[in-house]
Amino acid sequence: MTLTVPDTAAAPSRLRPPRAFHLVERHLVIYRHTPMVLVAEIFEPVLYLLSVGVGIGALVGHVAGLGPSGVGYSAFVAPALLATAAMNGAMNETTFNLLRKLKVDRIYDSVLSTPMSVQDLALGEVCWALLRGTLTTTGFMAVTAAFGLVRSPWILLAVPGAALVGFGFASVGLAVTTYLRGWQDFQYVQLVMLPMFLFATTFYPLGVYPRAVQIVVECLPLYQSIQLIREPALGQVGPSLLVPAAYLVLMGLLGLAVARRRLTLMLLH
Amino acid sequence: MATLALREFSYCMAHYRRTWRGTVVVSVANPLLFLLAFGSGLGVLVNRNAPAVLHGVPYVTFLAPGLLAAASMQTAIVESAGPVYQAVHGRRNYLAAAATPMTPFQIYLGHLLFMVFRVVISSLAFVLVMAAFRLVHSPLDALGLLLGAVLTGTAFAAPMAAWAVAVRRPTALDMCFRFILMPLYMLSGTFFSIRQLPSWLRDLAWITPLWHGVDLCRTLSLGTATPGTTAIHLGYLLALVAAGIAAARVTYRRALHG
Repeated sequence: MTLTVPDTAAAPSRLRPPRAFHLVERHLVIYRHTPMVLVAEIFEPVLYLLSVGVGIGALVGHVAGLGPSGVGYSAFVAPALLATAAMNGAMNETTFNLLRKLKVDRIYDSVLSTPMSVQDLALGEVCWALLRGTLTTTGFMAVTAAFGLVRSPWILLAVPGAALVGFGFASVGLAVTTYLRGWQDFQYVQLVMLPMFLFATTFYPLGVYPRAVQIVVECLPLYQSIQLIREPALGQVGPSLLVPAAYLVLMGLLGLAVARRRLTLMLLH
Repeated sequence: MATLALREFSYCMAHYRRTWRGTVVVSVANPLLFLLAFGSGLGVLVNRNAPAVLHGVPYVTFLAPGLLAAASMQTAIVESAGPVYQAVHGRRNYLAAAATPMTPFQIYLGHLLFMVFRVVISSLAFVLVMAAFRLVHSPLDALGLLLGAVLTGTAFAAPMAAWAVAVRRPTALDMCFRFILMPLYMLSGTFFSIRQLPSWLRDLAWITPLWHGVDLCRTLSLGTATPGTTAIHLGYLLALVAAGIAAARVTYRRALHG
């Protein structure tokens, strides 16, 4: 009996999304048993919105400078929380969960003993994170709509917007994880993520800062992500949206390239 | 008996000596970032609105003591949930300790002492950052805040460890964080006065332990504490510590000698 080599193995370096989807399928099968995780991921921004919107909103009143009469605080915060949820969903998946798959469960050792390449693996993980991020944001968006916080039909742009945010952060998360030595290094990841969450105009507009700080904030990926979702949510759609979109695409491609190189070094040598 | 409990404490310290740097960075960075972002950044918007609910003080003055209590809770939870679960299922150091003359309750007491130690360190860092923001008025003020925060943390660590030792699946811890502790954090009056909440939520906030910690630290810091309310807060938090210790007597024995 002769062993037949599948002809798909003939083109090893080509992009093969269908093969990467086997990994997504694997995660889906496992994820099916833990639907509470998805509920939790939607619940968290909703809770933030309730607490920040109702509690702090009463202290803040309207946020001036956006639109003719300013916007209510909840309507200002909600799109930012949407962007943050997309970011966190993607990052959780490609940092925390990935490190477990990489170091504890060691699933990639088995994955790579199949016809799948490191490229398929990296792409599969990013697609999976993207899928989860999109699910989370769609759920959260439905809740904000139920709260009556939707001001413009352009909010629907938030779905592809959140997918872009997910792509950008999932790829970078993947790259970062290859540099982590162990669980305690997550403190350093947090040390970057937390200030970004707090300062990237999530809770108050850019105008609060002096100009020099504004420039730094504008360079943050979360600021760009928030712009990408907040502007359409408040009904402001224009070519300026291309800036954050291009930023996130570039960031995602760069992260993916680094991750692919690092994972090859880690898993195949 | 006490000396054997200290063995568990010294085990934790030996481990901590290798990992303390990161925790200190986080302990200092956390209050600094939150006070800057919420106190100073968001404060610009809040102070402009100048609401009466803040007892007539700037937002950062109102916020800081509440954040201190909430941060103590978080440190206490981080030290009592995951590590206790890991001590049974992951590193299994509890099982090793239980094979020595140490009793399960001594193991608990020693570990609890370490948790309190961690809360003291992080609360102290927080109070120092508050002092740098000129939010602490005297050494006595600082001591009161520190004690209030440490009691708040202990009130969470003692029962949390008692529960975590009996947990069988790590998702239970995760669900507890997300569905119990996060809502507690967001609705306990840390970021705003619970008087702003709708009445049914306010009644709920009244009975949450974190609110008692937040209000204890806040009234001490703003100088609005009365003997009556302070006694209620202290009594509530101490009762939680006692309940946690009483429960751990049973749960630790079942988990380690069961």
